[in-house]
Amino acid sequence: MRLILNRLFLIFSSAAALVGLFFLAWILFTLCSKGLAGLSLSVFTNDLIDGGLRNVIVGQLMMSGVATFMGIPVGILAGIYLQEYGGNSKTTEFMRDLSDVMMSAPSIVIGTFVYAIVVVPTGHTSGWAGVLALFILMVPIIVRTTDDMLKLVPTELREAGIAIGASKYHVTMNIVVRYAKAGILTGILLAFARVIGETAPLLYTSGSSEFWSTDLGDTFPSLTVSIYNLATMPDDEMVQLGWTGAFLLTAMVLVINLLGRYASNKKRR
Amino acid sequence: MELIFKKLAQFSASLVFFILAATALVLYLSARPAIEEFGLSFLFESRWGVEETRLQPVLSADQAFDEVPVIEDSEDVLLDDDFIDDEDDFVGDDDDESSGDTRIVYGALVPIVGTLFSTVIAMFFSIPIAMGIAVFLSEIAPKMVAKPVGVAIELLASIPSIIYGMWGLFYFGPFIAEIFGGNTVSLLVAGLVLGIMVIPFMAALSRDAISTVPDMLKESAYAMGATKLEVIKDVVFPYAKSGIIGSIILSFGRALGETMAVAFVIGGVYQFVGKVTDPTNSIPVVLANSFAESSGLSLSVLFYLALILFAMSFIVIAVAKFFFLRRK
Repeated sequence: MRLILNRLFLIFSSAAALVGLFFLAWILFTLCSKGLAGLSLSVFTNDLIDGGLRNVIVGQLMMSGVATFMGIPVGILAGIYLQEYGGNSKTTEFMRDLSDVMMSAPSIVIGTFVYAIVVVPTGHTSGWAGVLALFILMVPIIVRTTDDMLKLVPTELREAGIAIGASKYHVTMNIVVRYAKAGILTGILLAFARVIGETAPLLYTSGSSEFWSTDLGDTFPSLTVSIYNLATMPDDEMVQLGWTGAFLLTAMVLVINLLGRYASNKKRR
Repeated sequence: MELIFKKLAQFSASLVFFILAATALVLYLSARPAIEEFGLSFLFESRWGVEETRLQPVLSADQAFDEVPVIEDSEDVLLDDDFIDDEDDFVGDDDDESSGDTRIVYGALVPIVGTLFSTVIAMFFSIPIAMGIAVFLSEIAPKMVAKPVGVAIELLASIPSIIYGMWGLFYFGPFIAEIFGGNTVSLLVAGLVLGIMVIPFMAALSRDAISTVPDMLKESAYAMGATKLEVIKDVVFPYAKSGIIGSIILSFGRALGETMAVAFVIGGVYQFVGKVTDPTNSIPVVLANSFAESSGLSLSVLFYLALILFAMSFIVIAVAKFFFLRRK
């Protein structure tokens, strides 16, 4: 009886795994077949208004990129503070928890927040509003990974630095952060991958535009928002373009993730 | 230099806290007109954007009662009772103000119920599958299989949610409608798409929790002649319990606030579901769909909704963090 139950259980959990993987494979399959069907050079050379995706891809990368550049110093510094200066006090622990809570806050709520503080006062959607929303989303992720990575740095290294008379600042920047560099880089790449695929916080902060634009002060083209708009249009050609965009977006996210993984694996060896 | 650096680091760390506090504060301030207008009865009001005549207040309360769709679910009936009481209260309030004769009533009950139901469906669907995957990867599969599948699962967890929504709209929705009948966009489809979306996330977290179980414990159990089921049931799960529950709650929080995967497939209709295959609405979807066209009171109402969502997910995540996933 025990053996039969055991066999049943093993079959069940393998079957559950198969069912889950089946759905995920199904999604990837449709994504590839639909996305590749519409892939051509003109997608990269035309703007959305001419049936291409050039402006929205560049727009998405620009917003995510600027948000990342703003997020890196803030996130890393906050991580350093928690690990190097905070000690084990209650306040530090509380800040750490808050940052984690922040990391899982619904992205649409971040969007409403930015809408209230940027879009309402300025009266129109803008690239900067989108950047701010993405920035708020990614800072806690960078804080978390920096914090975790610095924790792995052996205390002896810090002590050695302090023993030869280096200041805390030197120890932190030249020894601790250097030691944890690869891990922090991975964290940044993963955070970048996360925000590049975000739609909800951009819907009414950056909006999306059909035209080429590099002016963050104005309504800004966004790939994800455009995918949402395209996919809900009645026109088949537009839906096709949406699938192509979805395929490209997923490809970008996966490539960045793999890069991040590669960086952390190389370190471990 | 030293001091500047420390201050800068401190400032950055407080910035995270500051943003969180500012979010709550700004949402509250923006929502205040709606909070003053509707009070807490907003939570139990099922109408949305309906004009209400307030010449005969008592009668209008009765009408409001008639308009509530009858649902067999006892929980909902309870909610409806609350709703009548609150309705009476706020009718009283408004008599004092003696404002205009008509006003537009907004209520959050439909999207709140839609959000909760779709999330619960998602959980029922994803928990067994994600646990199956986690157990399969850590205890059953040979290393050769477990490693690549594990990496694949983690990569899948990073796919943007809009992809899941699109797939749900064009492929999964019609597929479900064929099996269960009903619409291609519905509460059921939304719940299942959400479930599929959180599966990789939940499976990856649970696998991590399971892999913290020391081999020694498992080997001792095997040495006593326990079967794999017994080892997993009596050794692995109890040991990794808090991590697994934490992963489930985090997934719950993620499903609760998810916008894009649901926006495509829930339908965006303000109605209670009679059957699970009916379209309905959820808070993030309301926010996503009507934010751009709103102003004045209707915008404030949306901020009120956002505040409710923020509070809901904040509580869920805080519970997960503070009780189950304490980091050492």
